[in-house]
Amino acid sequence: MTELEAGRAQTLVPVRSGAVLQRYRDVLIALIAFAVLASLPLFTGSKALLDFVIRCSAYGLFATSLNLLVGYTGLTSFGHGMFFGLGAYSFGLIMQKLGVPIPVAFVATLAITAVFATIIGAICVRLKEIYFAFVTLAFQMLIHSTILSWASFTGGDQGLRGGIPRPVFLGIDLSNHVHLYVTSCALLILGLLAMRQIAQSPFGYTLRMIRDNAARASFLGIDVWRAKLTVFVLAALFASMGGMVMALFVSGAYPEFAYWTISGEGIFINMLGGVSTFLGPMVGTVLLLLLNDTVTRFTEYHGIVLGVVILFFALGLRKGLLDFVAEWFSHRHDAGKGR
Amino acid sequence: MLEIRNLAKSFGGVKATNDVSLDFPDGSLTAVIGPNGAGKSTFFNLITGALSPDSGQVLLDGIDLAGRSPPEIVRHGIGRAFQVASIFKSLTVQETMLAAVSADQRSSAVLHKRFPLPETRDRAEHVMELLGLASKRHRTAATLSHGDQKLLDIALALVLKPKVLLLDEPTAGMGPEERWRMIDKVRELWETQKITVVFIEHDMDIVFKIAPKIVVLCYGRILAAGTPDEIRNNSAVIDAYLGTEHAGAAA
Repeated sequence: MTELEAGRAQTLVPVRSGAVLQRYRDVLIALIAFAVLASLPLFTGSKALLDFVIRCSAYGLFATSLNLLVGYTGLTSFGHGMFFGLGAYSFGLIMQKLGVPIPVAFVATLAITAVFATIIGAICVRLKEIYFAFVTLAFQMLIHSTILSWASFTGGDQGLRGGIPRPVFLGIDLSNHVHLYVTSCALLILGLLAMRQIAQSPFGYTLRMIRDNAARASFLGIDVWRAKLTVFVLAALFASMGGMVMALFVSGAYPEFAYWTISGEGIFINMLGGVSTFLGPMVGTVLLLLLNDTVTRFTEYHGIVLGVVILFFALGLRKGLLDFVAEWFSHRHDAGKGR
Repeated sequence: MLEIRNLAKSFGGVKATNDVSLDFPDGSLTAVIGPNGAGKSTFFNLITGALSPDSGQVLLDGIDLAGRSPPEIVRHGIGRAFQVASIFKSLTVQETMLAAVSADQRSSAVLHKRFPLPETRDRAEHVMELLGLASKRHRTAATLSHGDQKLLDIALALVLKPKVLLLDEPTAGMGPEERWRMIDKVRELWETQKITVVFIEHDMDIVFKIAPKIVVLCYGRILAAGTPDEIRNNSAVIDAYLGTEHAGAAA
């Protein structure tokens, strides 16, 4: 709930002076959110709830990073899930084969993701809308089939089995459920804070200009291709982070993590939560996972239910939930001023 | 000084710009006129890098910019506004200006600071005042009137401090009164900012009243260039354009 309220406040405060104050406010909100999340295990012994939050962390990082592309830059990637899968597999493989400390594997995975994203991005970001969407999807399928067919290295359709070793580092033991939970929350909050900074930086406004009118942006001296490539790589890094949280959570990696449906779910989450507010995808993540968990409990036809829900958001509200809430508040705000 | 040398561009068999050579001295104000399809917009697109010329040179203070990319040409000091206001519809007027100054100060890729950067404020403020947009600073660009959107488009070009400002039909789509207000603004900018201004215009009253120099394009060629009086009395121009304007429109 604190996140919901924070999202509202951020959309209402006009971008005026006090850019620095805004940053302090974001950090403050992040600290409070972390404190609330991290203290949850003190009040509840429910493993299911903590698991739910860990999954929200993984998907939330992934979905919010996708929003940097879709919502802020207007790049609709249908293959963003490849970096989620890449993160999970790279991290898992490094831990299994090299046995390095977890922070080292974490950084190495980010580096690997950056290399892949730079190469794939350099090819894709030149393409326009639908072509961009399809070629990113093609790369996703390429990575997925590589994982399937390179069975000696990746375990093929069985995935990375045998568990991911989780040696203790800095007193943090990720095989301990509460430790894993708090670490996931910390990664989520840090990731969100970093992405928020990107969105509100001068570069973030460059992205908005490109989304609105890329041709005009280039007539202001902006190298559109370079800016798109930069955000493509940055978004990939956060998606990869989400994949690592997922790999730690399930202690493994499976081909489904790199399948196109992950990208589809990312788009779905963004449609549910909304792309015009920073926390929209986070709200969407919670909604989707809640829906998934409750609906699958009642029916095996959960695809139909999810389809109906997305149709309601797409055709009924014509926007995501948080977009809807933000708009409603700003209308009320304007009406209040008119009086 | 902006010098155009033997500029040419063809689309298939059509010569949209055909061996055009022109000089625009520093601080000059020039109107470009010509019937529809005369190649006026193509001419602007070639200068600003939106199109790459087949041959010829675009020299700004002696540096050849022909065939370079729009960002490069902008950085050398040629700014432009568009026939249909080309703006960022979801940004406010103030955000638009601040972001444009950021781009010009090469801080558009800065990640670790918050937008807007303090050093972008003064210039953004100055240009908003200049174009009378300061009172609408918090309006989203999409909600501005047509005229204000055109002004914002010009402001975007102007905030980069160009040496040469190209305005593609600044009065397009405006009513008669609004047209005059806009063109007075253009003239005022030219006088106060001491920049080279080239504008495309269809309204002959406006052109003959405010432009010290006029260039007439026809089928991609320069039909005539000179002062309003010279153009008015040029027989080729009267035949091709002025005298038969209505006949041409009917056909």
